[in-house]
Amino acid sequence: MPSSSVTPATISEKILSAHCGRECRAGESVVCKVDAAMATDGSAPMAIDYFNKMGGKKLAEPQSMIFALDHYAPPDNPATVELQDRIRRFSEEQGNTLYDIGAGIGHQLMIERGHVKPGQLIVGADSHSVAYGAANVFATGVGSSDLAAVMLTGKLWFKVPESIRVTLTGKLPNGVDAKDIALEINRTLDPAEASYRTLEFQGDGAASLTFEERMLLTNMSTDAGAKAGVFAADATTTAYLNAGDDVGVAVHADKDAVYALDLNIDLDQLTPRLARPPVDGAAAEIVGIEQDLGTPVDMVYLGTCTGGRKSDLERALNVLRTGGTKHKRVQLIVTPASDRVYSDLATEGMLAEFIALGALVMTPGCGSCCGTCGTIPGNEKVVMSAANRNFTGRMGNAKARVYLASPEACAAAAITGEITDPRTFLEAQQ
Amino acid sequence: MTSLTINGPARLVGADINTDYIISSRRKRVTIDPDALQLHIFEDYNAEFGQSLKPDDIIVAGKNFGCGSAMEVAVTVVRAAGISCVLAPSFARAYYRNAINNGLLPVICDTSSIQEGDTLSIVSEGNDIHVTNTSRDISIGAASLSSMMIEILKTGGLTEYLRKHGDFPSEI
Ligand code: SF4
Repeated sequence: MPSSSVTPATISEKILSAHCGRECRAGESVVCKVDAAMATDGSAPMAIDYFNKMGGKKLAEPQSMIFALDHYAPPDNPATVELQDRIRRFSEEQGNTLYDIGAGIGHQLMIERGHVKPGQLIVGADSHSVAYGAANVFATGVGSSDLAAVMLTGKLWFKVPESIRVTLTGKLPNGVDAKDIALEINRTLDPAEASYRTLEFQGDGAASLTFEERMLLTNMSTDAGAKAGVFAADATTTAYLNAGDDVGVAVHADKDAVYALDLNIDLDQLTPRLARPPVDGAAAEIVGIEQDLGTPVDMVYLGTCTGGRKSDLERALNVLRTGGTKHKRVQLIVTPASDRVYSDLATEGMLAEFIALGALVMTPGCGSCCGTCGTIPGNEKVVMSAANRNFTGRMGNAKARVYLASPEACAAAAITGEITDPRTFLEAQQ
Repeated sequence: MTSLTINGPARLVGADINTDYIISSRRKRVTIDPDALQLHIFEDYNAEFGQSLKPDDIIVAGKNFGCGSAMEVAVTVVRAAGISCVLAPSFARAYYRNAINNGLLPVICDTSSIQEGDTLSIVSEGNDIHVTNTSRDISIGAASLSSMMIEILKTGGLTEYLRKHGDFPSEI
């Protein structure tokens, strides 16, 4: 596809061009063929309603339509069971892929089960669908009506976005996490600037990140306000995706591609961050962890599509081991992102360690993240969470106070019962 | 091209209003019926404000309206409350698209001069949108919509659009 006669392009422009059948650039509106689409139990019932109202009878591409029952896993009332049953009946009729309760979070399953390959265009009826961008995919979150349009036609219209070049240099210091990069981006970038744009991650710092770290950054690009987040494909991508014979079509940005904005982050200088609970409906303030040290913590949440992967739980456990015990006030919740993560924890002995520490290990899925299932924090309780957002009411109680941090910082708080710099434990280890 | 006029009082909310503030995601695990959900509109943000909303009110927000989850009930619940227009200096893009798809007019404009209760007049003509604060006699520049968005809005939303056309055109 790349040809010397056309103007240089970003990754987003190239992927959208390849899917609309002509060369397109930022600002144009195009109709694209979509390679795969995902919906959850939170969005699929409404998408099915729209599909029916649109006159839909058969899915345009059943093999690339994936439903995951993750938001209400397991459900706690008959009305939710009925919503999930509607999805099951629809999938049974249409023959598309359905991941039932306990399989895990849709976003994790999309990557883990081989639905995502470099060069693709994927949408999901969930804002964190942007996560697939780690695999060199243009992926964005849509509503149920747009998803229904894809169900019906296999296509969707897009405005080709401008891109922001996020250049990462250096290497993450010990005890500093990809989560801290994401929080730093969200601290620096005004959502109004990020809006309708893609974050394209580049630089030696980006190349040094593991695939799961890249997934965290693309996952949280929606929390920065961006339309998508994307990495180039390299050996790390291929190894992680383990895609078999069809390895996709890797897409790189042209050297002279035009970016709307540049953002540079020196990983060597980065320190642990925190997103504070929002006050009076305003956006969460992001600060260095040193500003809130000592704040008492009641609940620690390790899980979600941001912080519930094997490497996240491994790093948290590494800190917990150094501390030896969990503070008795702290309720420690562990929710693996998928059944595969869960079974890896079991086979590698980590599950037993978490249980010995007094952790509650919950069904793989979204768990406590958005307050629709799992444990809910009490009034005025303080939570340290490995999740991506902490709007008031987010974990099911508008009177709880939720801090966001890295899995290591969450683990450090579980040991001491207060906000603690995880590096104190990691330095003790050396 | 048809023109459309919306008149109503401004109802102010802050910046960075996320979709969970518009309707809590825990409500939609029981029902996705917008008429039922409407009873809980804005409850985690400001329940009193939510209860005081009336049909024909125009929601006027700060930047980044509709951020967070892409859940579409955050748009259908606003429609069910009888509201047909939201003004903000910027929208989260999934909310913006969902709005268009459900016939809620999202207007990108500077909202800083608008006060609670001001009477607003929004006229859409072709691809352009004109906003006037009639209480203060101020006209406010607004971003125009793309032709595809106009087509969808004109047909009454994405459902009606695809019901009618069955597919997207290859060029838009
Ligand atoms: S884990 Fe949380 S953020 Fe991720 S998809 Fe589930 S509810 Fe959304």
